[in-house]
Amino acid sequence: MTGAWIAVLVTAAGCYALKLAGLTVPERLLRNARLRRFAELVPVALLAALVAVQAGAKGSSLVFDPARLAGLAAAVIALMLRAPFLVVILAAAGTAAGLRLAGIG
Amino acid sequence: MTELAQPADAGEPGGSPPQASTAAEGSGGSSPRASTAPKPVRDGVLLGLAVGVSGLAFGAAAVSAGLTVWQTCALSLLAYTGASQFALAGTIAAGGSLVAGAAGAILLGSRNSLYSLRLSGLLQVRGAARLLAAVGVTDESTALALAQPDNAAARTGFFATFASLYLTWNAATLAGAIGAGKIGSPQSFGLDVIGPAAFLALIWPRLAAGWTERGVAAGGAAIAIAATPLLPPGAPIILAGSAALAGTLARRPVSAP
Repeated sequence: MTGAWIAVLVTAAGCYALKLAGLTVPERLLRNARLRRFAELVPVALLAALVAVQAGAKGSSLVFDPARLAGLAAAVIALMLRAPFLVVILAAAGTAAGLRLAGIG
Repeated sequence: MTELAQPADAGEPGGSPPQASTAAEGSGGSSPRASTAPKPVRDGVLLGLAVGVSGLAFGAAAVSAGLTVWQTCALSLLAYTGASQFALAGTIAAGGSLVAGAAGAILLGSRNSLYSLRLSGLLQVRGAARLLAAVGVTDESTALALAQPDNAAARTGFFATFASLYLTWNAATLAGAIGAGKIGSPQSFGLDVIGPAAFLALIWPRLAAGWTERGVAAGGAAIAIAATPLLPPGAPIILAGSAALAGTLARRPVSAP
């Protein structure tokens, strides 16, 4: 089990170092308008990618999970209706759970 | 979603100091509406509770993959970045090597560098506070901070999300690790949809900020889906960052008049 502990601790150290690295970038670098714009757009690209992958993939394969997609569709509808954050989450999880209870997905 | 309806940079005029957000195109004419005051603490705590519950799924998955309860909890306490943790557990469960598992998990964690790069100007933390804040850089805390109308609210939202999510995620990890196999499938409660629904809700105001943001989001999603069958899990997310690069180069950085 020693190997697993090493993997756990190396992963933890690596992940922490990566988080800290971005916070210690010299401020003068952030004065660069292009770099600042890039840093602004990166979360948009990565979070959208996460939404897409979590909606339609499992591991390295693309999957069609009707309950999951219906849950996300419910979230989109709630967002368009300007529902509060918690309502959006509950609508998504509730829709997926309800469909699965009914044997779909 | 009214409380998150303003992008983080909506109130920033052009020529703002370097630590402040730049105004995105399309946001120059909008101003924060008094009736939609952000509630960074409430939203951050709710987000932490809602997403943290999926620590149940991680705890159960990691123990099922062969990690001990202590190793599982150590990952949540120290690595504290869900996607990387799932990647390590998933690689071990799939029979992959520990080296490949750790490498994939760290690669997946590299997006947090890009997030903290974005957050450093908003948070303005130094010394011990910076060391602590670094722990809290996740998809959720970044998204909630960027959805706030000003730097003070962004900072409050970041730490509220951090505290709530850290406590919930770790408690849920322990519960899931101990209860692995005893509780029903997390999917039957729709827990797998909470993550993507929360991310969607949090980038929603950014999508309203301009065509560049919408193009970058669509491009990132398309790249990630297209690359999923070709690359190991996690890598497509990093590759999607190239959409942000394209968005940056698409036109000169715009400053509001």
